[in-house]
Amino acid sequence: MARRLANVVYLSLKEFASIWRDRGMMIFMVWAFTGAIYLVASGANIEMRNASVGFVDSDGSQLSAGIRDALRPPDFAAPVTLDQASIDSAMDAARFTFIMVIPPRLEQDLLAGHSPAIQLMVDATAMTQAGIGTGYIAEILTRETRRFLSERGVDAAPPLSFTVRAFFNPNLDDKRHMAVMEIVNNVCMLSIILVGAAVVREREHSTIEHLLVMPVGAAEIVFAKILANGAVVLLAVVLSLVLVARGALGITISGSIALYMVGAGIFLFSVMALGVMLATLTPAMPQFALLAFPVIIVMEVLSGGMTPIESMPAYLQMIMTAVPSTHYVKFSLSVLFRDAELDVVWPELAWMAILGVLYSLIALRRFRVMLERSTGG
Amino acid sequence: MVVRPDTTSAGPAAQLSGVGHLYREVAALQNVSLVVPTGSDTAIIGPDGVGKSTLLGLLAGARVIQRGRVETLSGDMADPVHRSRVAKRIAFMPQGLGKNLYPALSVAENIAFFASLYATSVVGRHARMQRLLQATGLAPFADRPAGKLSGGMRQKLSLCCALVHDPDLLILDEPTTGIDPLSRRQFWQLIDEIRAARPELTLIVATAYMEEAERFSRLVAMDSGRVLAAGLRQAVLARAGAATVETAYLNLLHPGDGSVRRAAPTLPVRTSYTGPPAIVAEDLTRLFGDFTAVDSVSFRIERGEIFGFLGSNGCGKTTTMKMLTGLLPASSGRAELLGTPVDASNVETRQRVGYMSQSFSLYGELTVLGNLLLHARLYHLPMAERDERIRKTLQRFDLDALRNAYPAALPLGVRQRLQLAAACLHRPEVLILDEPTSGVDPEARDAFWRYLGELSRRDGVTIFISTHFMNEAERCDRVSFMHAGKVLAVGAPAELRKDGQGLEDAFVACLQRQAPPGTPSPAPAGDWIPTGTNHTVGQHDWLRWVGAFAAREMRELLRDPIRLSFALIAPLILMLTFAKGISFDIEALPFAIYDRDRSSQSLSLTRHLTGSRYFAERPPIQDDADVDRRLQSGDAALVVEIPPGFGRDLLRGYSPTIGLWLDGANPARANTARGYAEGVAQSFVAALEQGRGSRQRPAAQALITLEPRFVYNQDFASVYAMTPGVIMFLLMMIVSMMTALGVVREREIGSIINLAVSPATTLTFLIGKLLPYVAIGTVTLLMMVGLAVFGLGLVIKGSLAALLVGGVLYVITAASFGILVSSLVRSQVAAIFACALLTLMPALNFSGFLQPVSNLSPAAQVIGLAFPSSWFQQISIGVFAKGLPLIAFTNAFLALTLFPLVYVMAAQLLLPKQER
Repeated sequence: MARRLANVVYLSLKEFASIWRDRGMMIFMVWAFTGAIYLVASGANIEMRNASVGFVDSDGSQLSAGIRDALRPPDFAAPVTLDQASIDSAMDAARFTFIMVIPPRLEQDLLAGHSPAIQLMVDATAMTQAGIGTGYIAEILTRETRRFLSERGVDAAPPLSFTVRAFFNPNLDDKRHMAVMEIVNNVCMLSIILVGAAVVREREHSTIEHLLVMPVGAAEIVFAKILANGAVVLLAVVLSLVLVARGALGITISGSIALYMVGAGIFLFSVMALGVMLATLTPAMPQFALLAFPVIIVMEVLSGGMTPIESMPAYLQMIMTAVPSTHYVKFSLSVLFRDAELDVVWPELAWMAILGVLYSLIALRRFRVMLERSTGG
Repeated sequence: MVVRPDTTSAGPAAQLSGVGHLYREVAALQNVSLVVPTGSDTAIIGPDGVGKSTLLGLLAGARVIQRGRVETLSGDMADPVHRSRVAKRIAFMPQGLGKNLYPALSVAENIAFFASLYATSVVGRHARMQRLLQATGLAPFADRPAGKLSGGMRQKLSLCCALVHDPDLLILDEPTTGIDPLSRRQFWQLIDEIRAARPELTLIVATAYMEEAERFSRLVAMDSGRVLAAGLRQAVLARAGAATVETAYLNLLHPGDGSVRRAAPTLPVRTSYTGPPAIVAEDLTRLFGDFTAVDSVSFRIERGEIFGFLGSNGCGKTTTMKMLTGLLPASSGRAELLGTPVDASNVETRQRVGYMSQSFSLYGELTVLGNLLLHARLYHLPMAERDERIRKTLQRFDLDALRNAYPAALPLGVRQRLQLAAACLHRPEVLILDEPTSGVDPEARDAFWRYLGELSRRDGVTIFISTHFMNEAERCDRVSFMHAGKVLAVGAPAELRKDGQGLEDAFVACLQRQAPPGTPSPAPAGDWIPTGTNHTVGQHDWLRWVGAFAAREMRELLRDPIRLSFALIAPLILMLTFAKGISFDIEALPFAIYDRDRSSQSLSLTRHLTGSRYFAERPPIQDDADVDRRLQSGDAALVVEIPPGFGRDLLRGYSPTIGLWLDGANPARANTARGYAEGVAQSFVAALEQGRGSRQRPAAQALITLEPRFVYNQDFASVYAMTPGVIMFLLMMIVSMMTALGVVREREIGSIINLAVSPATTLTFLIGKLLPYVAIGTVTLLMMVGLAVFGLGLVIKGSLAALLVGGVLYVITAASFGILVSSLVRSQVAAIFACALLTLMPALNFSGFLQPVSNLSPAAQVIGLAFPSSWFQQISIGVFAKGLPLIAFTNAFLALTLFPLVYVMAAQLLLPKQER
């Protein structure tokens, strides 16, 4: 046993040298945990910004002008005036996401105590904007109407009001969520690529056979790879959280970083075991890339980081239970944002550990089969 | 070889003057000048890495001339017009067993491909192919894939492909390396016959076998990019003062001090040891599927013996060695090492064995010292001895000065020495060496054998070594001949070599006794008379080239399950993933109620919430502390707190305040949850007022109601909105990636050299590559549209014709984009990543998928329009969601026609026909 552990340590040292000498991968990794995180968190996201609005005003009253002025950046671009006839063609050409149609005598009707209606055409092919934007517009409309009425001395108190408090993220700041999910995504991608490439490379250069002739077992080789590559990625994750997320992006991370590291470590073990398993299924780097690529995409999309897992079909949720990143996403959100402690997140840790053991068992079994296959004559 | 006087009347077939060539900073050729007379036969000799292949590549037009002048068939090879004119008269067979062949294609398909590249009429082509197949003995295997041929057969096929167009200049780069001696003989016989039938044919051959060079009338000896000597063989031998080419080469390498080195290492007599044999194999057999790689092999190797394993590439040597090391389990039979049965888990035996695999298998990322240290550690040498042992090993194998060098920077011979040093570091009793000296120069090989001799005789190490060099086999105590998985004979070289015959003759005799199937019956010389191949460039050549490239690519693609399934299955899986996974509709959001009122109104509100499909109720919350805990554990994403007195206040018109406590960890979800909760509460109030006729409270001031109309997607379901976009970005990514791989793959495998030396143009190559992927991409498109309609319930509301026309144009665009990427990257892995990175971002962010184009900043809109995805997105969304007619997409069609033209033209400019 001591001998095996020593082998793992020796082989990990070699693995560090390999990672260090692979400058292309190093640069890619640095980018993935700095620039890429920064860009995603501060730039492209699915929040609504600058939504285009067309405005058909058949009333031309003070009220309609007030509503129009209330649609303001950054959420909305300045509304563009349209006439009734061009609504359809404008929608077909996707010039606007929303077109607001103000009926004649809107102001008059309202003051007379009727309940006039405003039509809002929503381009529902723009899912994210359509949903959020309609809500915003409804809110703006109610606010503007109340303001308008109260200026004229009409009491317009709502029958019901709400206090809304977002726990763990009072401003519902999207940046934070995006940054952490992007870190999770990049961890998945890099772990699978790094460890898979390390296995395939050894195979392509036949160094793995050389190792197996020595008094070294397949398990020691696999665990050394997971250990070394895992340590490098873990370091990158922590630096990325502290320097990029907290430092450059100014995100508050309230949870325990130490607990997060433990979870990330367990996750890295399981996802890298998955990476080794994938690597043993393919004969060479290009095939590995072709196989790993869809797997990584599926993991990123379905693990719950992009859209909540509970809105997926039940069978898909069940399948995703077997993928470690699902548990890692849940764990990350709990620990980093909800300050959860071990007593709350232990089931996720257990899941990741179990999956890791399972995948490494399959990977080891496949390892021998792979070596036999790779030998022709 | 047929001896003939030089035909000098026609001028030289090839002439080089002052030619130099660099790879990065390393000089492959330096100031080489050479004349090759027409009709002559020339052997270029020297070990690996002296510049032979570069020289031949320049002569054939496969490489760009960097320095000096190269004339082939009386014209300047730097001139592209001349190159394209003479390409049909030159045949080039690159190094590496059948490197220019296509392993997935059958023998006949390979030849047909070359024939159509080099323009032979279809009628004549068939007859010629048959004659070539007959002459090489490949006729019975015409339908076998090239990848499943033995080394010798592959070389013959390569030769058939080279001869199919009746060349005037035949350039062969190490055509016989690694094939068995019988095949080798047959190969040269064939060449002799061809030359006898066509005296004007000029032959230039590079070889690493010095014995083979004895057959040629002219020699060119090379070392580190320079010509040591060139001219008629006899003249070169006389100048070097040697009787054989091998000694002549060594003398030329070291003019003046030949005497010391020339003494070939002779081994002292072996001391016999008692005890069990070091290695025993009994009926050892290994099957790979239905292929028998090793067929009941038996031998025993005594302790301290040097046992040679002689045979061609692929005859089963490596497999046998792997079974002995425990790397591969035997299918049947018994293997014993040092008196114990071979067992993969026996660490103790492995400690006593050293192994050196065929290719360099130490770590390139570790220094010489680092590699030795790793070995010392993994063999667990005692700490106290370790450094001393490494130091001594470095000295013994002359590696001391190179301790901090990285192996990649070392010459092949030194790398092999390092491998031997590593294998010996732990003082093994048995050394298993798999072709340790292939490609190494004769001098380094002699040095290598001196080490082996010392290890065997002084240290009593048993050495089991495989080789395809006869003169190495001569040095072993005992040799076994191996062919096609069987051991044909075992014995001391002197026993095997009967009546003064050489060892090679003995091996050939053994092989002939075996009478393997498909032994060629040499064709009558008359058959080689040229069939009148058209050597001028025809009018419709380009059409035939495109056809040849396209047909070949399509065949290869259809026979590659991994690539094919990536093209056809992965898009469907990913499409389902996105359709089912990316959903901005929130359903079954876990929420908990914290009812502090418990009035009938609060219960009614609770019912409203639980009745909504947006919410899934969790157990109600009991106290304030519970709120935090439940949100923290993710058990509930929303808590609705109903304050005490809620019902009373509501009825009195006091506008009670409901608390919505959200889990803000996922802000998008929190926002949506809040919106839904407020909506449900409002509808509850409305229902309440209706039920009570709003009489019990003062009439609320009427407000404006907003009537949203979700155009194009009444149900407001993600799947209808997202799927057209998913088709857009998956098509772009998958098709471009596949196409880029198709080109880069050829570059990695090396078969792209066929383009460099053929008369075909780069443009025809690119278009030929494009077509199969357009076909596959169209199938992918149809399958995705089918899945969308039949699997996901989308309806094609607009013009199906527009979707299909636009789709095919888009597939062509995507394939062209892949072609463009392939001209920029070097490796398949880079092609995959480059395609993913270059297509994903513009397709997702700037083409109206995540953000409508109208919401983007003007600069981002321009980026979107400059990328084809945004145009197809208009069509896809337009047809699926908006129900637009064909006429609405004129601009998009135009754009999708222009993009591929620009991409392919750019690729043609960027992709050089020749290698550097």
